[in-house]
Amino acid sequence: MRRSSTVRAAVLGLAALLLLPGAALADTFDAAGKGLPDSVGINSLWVIVAGCFVMFMQAGFAFLEIGFSRGKNAGTVVAKILTNFSIAAILYWAVGFAFAFGGATGHIIGDTGFFLRDFGDPQKAFPIMGLSDATIESKWFFQFVFCAVSLAIVWGTTLERIKFGVYVIYAVIFSALIYPIASGWVFGGGWLQVNVGMQDFAGSTAVHLIGATGALAALLLLGPRRGKYGPDGKARAIPGHNMPLFGLGVLILWLGWFGFNPGSTLGALDGRFTEVLLVTQMAASAGVLGALLTARLKTGQIDIGMAGNGAIGALVAITAPSGYVAPWAGVVIGFIAGIIVPLGVYAIDRKLDDPVGALTAHGLCGVWGTLSCGLFTLPSLAAYNAVGKPGLFYSGSFHQLGAQALGVVTVFAFVFAASYGTFWAIKKTYGLRVSADEEDAGLDISEHGMYGYPEQFIPIPELVGYGAAPHVATPAPQPAGAAAVSTTQEVTA
Amino acid sequence: MKKVEAYIRHEAFEPIRMELLSLGFPSLSISEVKGSGRQKGITERYRGAELTNYLRPKVKLECVVADRDVQTIVDTILKHARTGAVGDGKVFVLPVEESYRVRTGESGEEVLQAHPDPAAATT
Repeated sequence: MRRSSTVRAAVLGLAALLLLPGAALADTFDAAGKGLPDSVGINSLWVIVAGCFVMFMQAGFAFLEIGFSRGKNAGTVVAKILTNFSIAAILYWAVGFAFAFGGATGHIIGDTGFFLRDFGDPQKAFPIMGLSDATIESKWFFQFVFCAVSLAIVWGTTLERIKFGVYVIYAVIFSALIYPIASGWVFGGGWLQVNVGMQDFAGSTAVHLIGATGALAALLLLGPRRGKYGPDGKARAIPGHNMPLFGLGVLILWLGWFGFNPGSTLGALDGRFTEVLLVTQMAASAGVLGALLTARLKTGQIDIGMAGNGAIGALVAITAPSGYVAPWAGVVIGFIAGIIVPLGVYAIDRKLDDPVGALTAHGLCGVWGTLSCGLFTLPSLAAYNAVGKPGLFYSGSFHQLGAQALGVVTVFAFVFAASYGTFWAIKKTYGLRVSADEEDAGLDISEHGMYGYPEQFIPIPELVGYGAAPHVATPAPQPAGAAAVSTTQEVTA
Repeated sequence: MKKVEAYIRHEAFEPIRMELLSLGFPSLSISEVKGSGRQKGITERYRGAELTNYLRPKVKLECVVADRDVQTIVDTILKHARTGAVGDGKVFVLPVEESYRVRTGESGEEVLQAHPDPAAATT
């Protein structure tokens, strides 16, 4: 039953995708052989390299979530990340990028540049992108991997109990509509950026808060994992099964942020990106120390998970101001984010079951980072980026802080309403949650029919005849060493 | 002296442990075991090939008590381990000849008694 309805959802989603690209057949790659200036090559190279770093953050999210899940829910994360990343790519190419960046500045929703072409000059289809001369393909790739990061953040709160088909359905809505519209307002030349002057260099709000808001909407409709809250209503720990994998995930995400923020310059020629990287690193370091110190003072413990979440929270916070502030401000912003992380996790855990702390690290720290622009933005960098005004500490004016707050509230309200509506509709039709039995057995076996760690659940499966299907009762002789690798009886062709 | 040996579902263990503790029986051991019975196996599909695993994971709970306490222990286990579905498990009661407390070397039924103040025993 479960299997077939999941498959049906996937097939319907994919069929809808494949109907779209008729308009894209006229596509021609016209950059090659045109004798473009060197700056196009150099800037495109940096944007692509930075985009690859951000793409690698998918591995970071995978390992972070796997580490913080129980062993019976490890494999499902891999399938989810691969599926979501793929759906987002096709939809963001087809419509998402156009909704976010296409059309006149100050837009509510972009209307040109579908399939990256729109039968015209891509530089005209995406006027806001004219600030950098990198090729449109490189800019698309960079923005698409941002969309994929935002989508990955959504699922942090839903681990270990959500139906796989929900990933597919929501990924389509999110990467085609919710993310492009909201992020377009903030850094796609939309009304928040152009008319309000909201500063968000690389997406504390536009990527991280959007993801965390979707995560909150999903969590409110999904409910906690079984056993998270005792009969007395008190929260209980459900420890993740692998802290080293969590640590690997954090470090991969940290690496990815060196593409995320510095790459948002969309160019390399003036060396600005190196300064952005410095600010980013300062914040992350301060975040680890702030989180460790706060957790130590609150619990007396040197908390491994909090050290990692502190790094993530600080990196989220510095994402908006990284292009607007001085390195010392990065230290302050990161350290405060590091304090927010443990306090937020302790407070949220009492009522909401957020297995990886996404609401705190991406939500609260995203809000803090966005607001911090209103405090720390340098006059010279506000002018350089041509967005907004200097922060309170330089101008003495609350103007920019107000612009930042308006942006946060608007984006949160839109994304929450759209996501809650989507998840509510899914809950009423397809269902959000696996059954209690399936949750107890783990999503690996109940949703995917295979374990993430087979040896934990299946004793010595390679024994001849043991539990094997009848037709492999006398298996073909295998090369030495092969039997130990294979976990099942596979018939070699 | 008797040993109560129960094969139960994982989720049944915590309620049993809490009730036994409140009844004054803190001493027990558990092991993760795999076994087969009337409950069906799980079929895994690995890259298109099938593998049926007939051994299901269970918790084995062991607890040695005085004869007069056996029924209390068994009743507690039955109360919490029963869901009514196939696979709830089994309980066995076995005779025990002698018991010793390693720390003091004393023997007999008194070593089965809980420490009068469990909190003090852990310090």
